[in-house]
Amino acid sequence: MAYDDCDASGEDSHGDSWAPVAVKILIAGGFGAGKTTLVGSLTEIRPLRTEEDLSGPGALIDTVVGVDRKRTTTVAMDFGRITINEGLVVYLFGMPGQERFWFMWDDLSYGMLGAVVLADTRRLADCFPCIDYFEHRKTPFVVALNCFDGSPDHETSEVREALDIDAHVPVVRCDAREPASCGDALVTLVEHAAAQRASDPLAPATQPASR
Amino acid sequence: MLPARHEPPDATPGPLVRPYWLVRGRTSLTGEMLDVVSMVHAVATFAPDPTELEPEHLAVHELCARPISVAELAARLKLPLAVVRILLADLRDQGMVRIRRPRPAGLTDIRLLREVADGLRRL
Repeated sequence: MAYDDCDASGEDSHGDSWAPVAVKILIAGGFGAGKTTLVGSLTEIRPLRTEEDLSGPGALIDTVVGVDRKRTTTVAMDFGRITINEGLVVYLFGMPGQERFWFMWDDLSYGMLGAVVLADTRRLADCFPCIDYFEHRKTPFVVALNCFDGSPDHETSEVREALDIDAHVPVVRCDAREPASCGDALVTLVEHAAAQRASDPLAPATQPASR
Repeated sequence: MLPARHEPPDATPGPLVRPYWLVRGRTSLTGEMLDVVSMVHAVATFAPDPTELEPEHLAVHELCARPISVAELAARLKLPLAVVRILLADLRDQGMVRIRRPRPAGLTDIRLLREVADGLRRL
């Protein structure tokens, strides 16, 4: 096998550095929450996205109450890249939040640093499945309230209460169209992951997918 | 004012060969699944057995001249991830690429997390 494996310490067993270390961050959230926009705001490469018109099969299942301007739904993943330095690259994956797509999340869970759950305050319940998923797998996550024009101006404390999430999980506001704002949400996630790691250094940061 | 630009409907007719034909109907790998952020790098120019390779294999190989992730390969080639994974496994079996898997998340150390956070702050 021509795999260049990592040994148990996480160091490259061959000692060379022909490729950067890659980490994954998942951008999750309900339909129309702004995942595609967020990935597009941060990526340095043209984002890969597969969108299907609402008249497609998804139209039978996805509802658009309160999301009247969005005309397409993302049925595959959005994908973006941020180069930290020549030896370290962050990959962003925007994934649909509905349970029927969880098999795709499982595929991504290996090597995942954590997740940003993007919440649309008009349809907060849409991100319940995402939160269940990450809580169950002990994946570090933050909730980012995407501040749309005209979206209700909820306090983060109200949202935290409505979502019934642990006190240590950060809830932040962001504007998915603004790279700086999205970057702040990612920094909050990474710091949260580091804090979680520091408090329990022996626990796996993410439960491996059961495949 | 310029008229709105309309692509003719057949401007991008799609692949002439169905993607799964390229991989001869195979839908899964016999070995371990290649992660989407596994990094791939071309290591040889000539296949030991060129008859085993399709033009798409060579397209993948060409794109790997510099290290590239599996997801980016799929994006650039406009092929399904499942197909790219199989093409890569073929190239690996021919010794034409080397592949590095990402570190498991459980091994992500604090130092690496701090490096990521610092890098993101500089954006």
